[in-house]
Amino acid sequence: MAGSTQTVSEYITHHLTNLTYGKLPEGFVRDDGSIIGGGGSWVMATGGHEAAAMGFSAIHVDSMMWSIGLGIVFCWVFRSVAKKAETGVPSGMVNVVEMAVEFVDNTVRDTFHGHNKLIAPLGLTVFVWVLLMNLMDLVPIDLVPELFKLAGVHFQKIVPSTDPNITLGMAVGVFILMLYYSIKIKGFGFVKELSMTPFNHWAFIPVNLFMEIVGLLAKPFSLGLRLFGNLYAGEMIFILIAALFSAGVGWMAPAAFLQIGWAIFHLLIIPLQAFIFMVLTIVYLSMAHEDH
Amino acid sequence: MNINLTLIGQMIAFVGFVLFCMKYVWPPILASMAEREKKIADGLAAADRASLDLELAKEKAVERLKDAKSEAAGIVDAANKRGTQLVEEAKNAALAEAERVKVSAQAEIEQEANRAREHLRSQVAALTLAGAEKVLGAAIDREAHNELVEKLAAEL
Repeated sequence: MAGSTQTVSEYITHHLTNLTYGKLPEGFVRDDGSIIGGGGSWVMATGGHEAAAMGFSAIHVDSMMWSIGLGIVFCWVFRSVAKKAETGVPSGMVNVVEMAVEFVDNTVRDTFHGHNKLIAPLGLTVFVWVLLMNLMDLVPIDLVPELFKLAGVHFQKIVPSTDPNITLGMAVGVFILMLYYSIKIKGFGFVKELSMTPFNHWAFIPVNLFMEIVGLLAKPFSLGLRLFGNLYAGEMIFILIAALFSAGVGWMAPAAFLQIGWAIFHLLIIPLQAFIFMVLTIVYLSMAHEDH
Repeated sequence: MNINLTLIGQMIAFVGFVLFCMKYVWPPILASMAEREKKIADGLAAADRASLDLELAKEKAVERLKDAKSEAAGIVDAANKRGTQLVEEAKNAALAEAERVKVSAQAEIEQEANRAREHLRSQVAALTLAGAEKVLGAAIDREAHNELVEKLAAEL
């Protein structure tokens, strides 16, 4: 909840700012009045405008930390089940893991018709990892940041999938795989596919190329931005509802009601978006494998 | 909301996790699942076979029981037959023995009667002679009349 010295807009902005470590350019005047020396220097940003001034040479420490942490949780849990690899009666975590594996396996079987050992594990990683990242949205939004504040860290965004860098990073990874398999499987056919469809005539090659390349580039962008948009909007609503708590005692009950309602609704969006991300990943890679 | 190095970092992490999953997670889990599936299928097949075996065993047991029953009935029959046969044989033996006893008794009686008759006859001859002697008052010549008396005794 917003502190007494904080306005609602400050509260929201604070919640939307990543903990950023980056290189400030030479001559930049910091909040405390100090001026960055020659060649710039790597520092922890103290606010949104500093992070913006860092440009590309910055890294969102919180996003990376939570995303890699959740990835490690995924690997650890699944690996511990895989290590046991028991064939008796499964129980507890084994059931959960095997359910996820079977679910992904079935989806891959239905969607992907080529032979590629990478697709199914890729689908599983994408699904579980994105699901875990999305689930962080259900943690009360002030809980972790306030704890970090006690430890002296002033910004903390715990939902990695509300960071476009994270979602686009995965989408670009998928895009590179798409390009790789397109060229590997189709070879020159890939160029032909880009230049000779939809109008199969040499005179239309520029038009075809433009349309196909736009279509191709739209895939990773839509993939990454869809996930980011859904989760960012969800997070935003949570922040607004949380801000409502500070509007007065009379707002407590409606805010609590809204909070629960939105959390329940969000419970639907979280796995759905993870599922969509996985299915689209598989579909795009399946398209890259189809030789016409 | 700036695009920055985080994007590259996430890509590297992504590759790492996918490779880990591909190498250490997916194959063993899928293998264990396939193995379990096979085990369950085998178990179900074994159960099916067992129930079939049970059915067959039941049929066999019923058949055996029927056989045993008929065998027992046969044995009882034979025993009964043998019993009646024994009784019959005993009866016959008894009858034959009785007959034999009767016959020998009769023969003995006959013999006894004959002997008595013979004895009587000799007595009668003597008595007749004595009587005639008394009646005639004179001694009869034994040798002379013996033939006559003998004839008389034989007629008795």
